[in-house]
Amino acid sequence: MDIELMISSFPKLLNATLITLKLLSASLILGLFIGLGFAILRMNNNKLINKFAYGYSYIFRGTPLLVQIFIIYFGLGQIEYLRTTFLWVVLKEPYWCAIIAFSLNTGAYTSEILRSAFQTIKPGYLEAGRSLGIPSKIIFKKIQIPIAIKQSLPAYGNEIILMLKGTSLASTVTLMDLTGVAKYIISTTFKPVEVFIVAGGIYLFMTFIIHNVIKYLEKKYGFQT
Amino acid sequence: MELLYFGDKGWGDELFFATLMTIAVSITAMIIGFIFAALFTPLKLSNNKFLNSIGNAYTTVIRGVPELLVIYLFFFGGSGAIMFVASIFGYNDYIEINAFLTGSFSIGIISGAYSTEVFRGALQSIDKGQFEAAKVLGFNKYIYFFKIILPQMLRLAIPNLSNVWQITLKDTSLISVTGLVEIMRQSYIAAGSTRDPLFFYSFAAVLYLMLTFLSMQLLNRLETKYSKGY
Repeated sequence: MDIELMISSFPKLLNATLITLKLLSASLILGLFIGLGFAILRMNNNKLINKFAYGYSYIFRGTPLLVQIFIIYFGLGQIEYLRTTFLWVVLKEPYWCAIIAFSLNTGAYTSEILRSAFQTIKPGYLEAGRSLGIPSKIIFKKIQIPIAIKQSLPAYGNEIILMLKGTSLASTVTLMDLTGVAKYIISTTFKPVEVFIVAGGIYLFMTFIIHNVIKYLEKKYGFQT
Repeated sequence: MELLYFGDKGWGDELFFATLMTIAVSITAMIIGFIFAALFTPLKLSNNKFLNSIGNAYTTVIRGVPELLVIYLFFFGGSGAIMFVASIFGYNDYIEINAFLTGSFSIGIISGAYSTEVFRGALQSIDKGQFEAAKVLGFNKYIYFFKIILPQMLRLAIPNLSNVWQITLKDTSLISVTGLVEIMRQSYIAAGSTRDPLFFYSFAAVLYLMLTFLSMQLLNRLETKYSKGY
């Protein structure tokens, strides 16, 4: 066991954790909006819109995240037209490609989580709200959203942890996130176990924090429905 | 479409064999995962605090650390560990382990952690009376486990195991970083030599979608088969 290497690599890995956290928070926020949008489309009565939203989540949940990143990072650059538009400014940066891929991926999972959360709301609550003359916007904000948050929290917590692990794939498109730096140190020192313990420890610590925050939120939203 | 021709001109046959490789790695990893699950599920259910914490450590660490990091650990550490063991027996030459074995083993350990959780949940939701009745009726250990507990456990476990299968199948794409030629690696090679990454990665996505779709059909059948009595 090379304790010295573990100590000396710790600050480098901690620095790389910042990129991991940036990737995670950016893609979670974007993914939440995408997920909410597609969840609303999924509940639409129009069959075509419904099928489209289902197709989106089916494709993104049925293929590996790695393929999605590679299509966006290596694949889209091949389209000549895209290179002339302003989108190219975004798509030539691996950082933004990773965020786009992660957001679309977590958006697909989030849409499924939110859809099932909205669908488990008992119709009685909405009927009660309507018969009391509450405008439908307020019913959505004050009745549907809080119940949906409560219903979806456990599953969404899992999704956050899966996404945290997913950000490690950013290292395949040259980003130096926690896994990228860990791989670099392993391949220069050939001490995989030591680096794994430190980097894995940082990941576990983050999972631990996310887990507890979700637990706290579950308690906060743990009203009886 | 010319790119997909079989033979020297296209990449059809290469991608076909790569798909078979993905299936082979996924199945091997799943089986290795079952072996790990068979070892760790009893630990997680044990009343002994020490054994219990070993079981918990396994599932917590593996499910909290990115798959890629686990793969790097075995990819860079695997041959070192084996050479260390070999050197004890006086063998000092360089040993390289097969990429297939490293890949299936690392994905197997990951899938094992998920399977352990599934089996634990399934065992815990079997009615306690079933265990007691089987013991009271004096069945031997073989019948007790294989004829009474296992079929009931499988019925509860199969829907979740098909999720684990999906995760495992998708995780095999990560082995491409070790150089094993499965779908992802083959697409990478093809994309590099034809300069057509969009086509090949999209085709890889289609192959994965096909695999997940077909395996879901099969697993749904298995699910109905095992829930016949209910």
